[in-house]
Amino acid sequence: MAQVKLRDIRKSYGKVEVIKGVDIDVDDGEFVVFVGPSGCGKSTLLRMIAGLEDITAGTLEIDGIRMNDLEPSKRGIAMVFQSYAIFPHMTVRENVAFGLTINKAGKAEKAEKVAEAARILQMEHLLDRRPSELSGGQRQRVAIGRAIVRDPKVFLFDEPLSNLDAALRMDMRMEIGKLHQDLGASMIYVTHDQVEAMTLADKIVVLKDGMVMQAGAPMELYHEPDNLFVAGFLGSPSMNFLEVTVDAVNADNVTVHNTALDPIDVPHKGRSFTVGQTATLGIRPQYLHPSDQASGKLHGKVILTERLGSETVIDVSLAEGAKLIAALAEDTILAPGTAAHFEFDPNQAHIFPETR
Amino acid sequence: MAAISSDNRGLRLVMRYTVLTLIAIIFVFPLVFMVMSSFKPDLQLLRDTSSIRAFLPVGDISLNNYFDAFDRAPVGLFVFNSVLVTGLTVLFSLFLCSMAAFSFAFLEWKGRNILLSIVIATLIVPFETIAIPLLLMVSKLPWIGFEGFSVGWLNTYRVQIIPWIADGLTIFLFVQYFKDLPRDLIEASRVEGASWWQIYTKVVMPLSGPVLATAAILKFLVMYNQYLWPLIVVQEETYRPVMVGLGYFFQLNTAWGEIMAYLTIITVPVLAFYLVLQRAFIASIASTGVKG
Repeated sequence: MAQVKLRDIRKSYGKVEVIKGVDIDVDDGEFVVFVGPSGCGKSTLLRMIAGLEDITAGTLEIDGIRMNDLEPSKRGIAMVFQSYAIFPHMTVRENVAFGLTINKAGKAEKAEKVAEAARILQMEHLLDRRPSELSGGQRQRVAIGRAIVRDPKVFLFDEPLSNLDAALRMDMRMEIGKLHQDLGASMIYVTHDQVEAMTLADKIVVLKDGMVMQAGAPMELYHEPDNLFVAGFLGSPSMNFLEVTVDAVNADNVTVHNTALDPIDVPHKGRSFTVGQTATLGIRPQYLHPSDQASGKLHGKVILTERLGSETVIDVSLAEGAKLIAALAEDTILAPGTAAHFEFDPNQAHIFPETR
Repeated sequence: MAAISSDNRGLRLVMRYTVLTLIAIIFVFPLVFMVMSSFKPDLQLLRDTSSIRAFLPVGDISLNNYFDAFDRAPVGLFVFNSVLVTGLTVLFSLFLCSMAAFSFAFLEWKGRNILLSIVIATLIVPFETIAIPLLLMVSKLPWIGFEGFSVGWLNTYRVQIIPWIADGLTIFLFVQYFKDLPRDLIEASRVEGASWWQIYTKVVMPLSGPVLATAAILKFLVMYNQYLWPLIVVQEETYRPVMVGLGYFFQLNTAWGEIMAYLTIITVPVLAFYLVLQRAFIASIASTGVKG
């Protein structure tokens, strides 16, 4: 177990800066997920922590010791790769024990540690097989087993589930969560899948263009996004954004409206607005409730109704041409072409000074 | 419909096998001719060339040509020399060229790409252009051996081996193969604490079976067929390889039967070597073809 500290970490390839000054803290035993769209630098950041990429500037500390210039193997980390990276010419046992063999561990120690890892991952029966005889999920288990026997201070996962099919991905996700509970080790996990991020993380770090957009507990980010990007990135279906005009500003609230939206007071949470400016109102599809014309605040026309079973997703076109998605209870049916009115709790809405 | 299409498939199969069989026969006939002729006396051998009998074991069949060939030249010594020189060159070449390629493929150092380009560029330099400068060079090179210090490498095994160990083609083959290996495997090994030497021996080499076979066969053929270089650097019979030894049979009167016997004998190591590595060789060609 260990703390990982990133201070003003930067990475450049030639003149192109891909990581632009990142500060992240990973506490003892914390499960931190780096999430973001492709090319946001999350994998690069993980590889820098692992020592597979040089750190151009900034400081990386694990347990208070500067790690910038240490070899990957000296950093007390273990890494699980997206492609599993298990050795095709070795049996599962040899794969799991690879690090121990390299470091000339004793036979007894090797056997004991491999048995322990196999027990944790329930793969005792696979130990003498070759990787070609394993399924994707089993291969990933071998890769995790190889990480476990190293007894690392920090586990690093680089999109470990993206090569698996959907059902298996869910199983493995739960297993990784359970593994974290059992081992209590610090883990850093990279994914572009917000569901993985939300379910696994103690702390989510949302990255974009090599910068941290927001870091915090999953529900904190979900309920209190700092900016438009985080608001739009987490949650499914993603948050609705409406361009609105600011009518009034007071100590706690701003009053906004647009052609489809009746004037409402939304808490501004300390963000500054000026009267007359254009701002963005965000409201999650789950927080919209159908109502009649009088009590409704949002008015539009139903384009499409998708029944997903657990919920019904309604596509609505608003008066000014914008689109809105509402996720309603499973048995709600709104016919396409009919007028739709929605109400919502303004406290569940977010107002951002920037526009998209 | 079904009947017609299956007929078509059958017909196509027959045609394909006919063509393949024809090609196989064309390639095999010279070998058959060589082996059959080696059992025949010269007169019959020359007479038979005008008919199908050239490919058949008919007439006055004996092993006399083989006995005569061994009488005329130290055939065993030549084969031994060639197998020794070829074997050692192949071994050293696989080891050193794969290590060079490992560096080109996996290690980061200044000038790596330029040097690799130069190495590959050496492929277009024909040996004939460097033969004389190389001869002048090896004739003056020092050596410390069991007999002490000496100058000049002429009339030795090493002069036939050392200049041929490293070559651009072998290095290039290894580099290409290594670049196709998943990078994650190398990085995972580094995270596990493997040194570069351990990555080379425990990860990369065990996965390089196909390219080792390809490089070995190509090198073997080049080395076993050496003629010009040993001809100019080896004057003593003790170190002479098989291809230069062929000259013994063209002195005074050309003995065709003995030549065929000699050729049959010296073909055996080539076939044996190819058969051993055939499976891996085909696998490597197939894999380079399929990979996109």
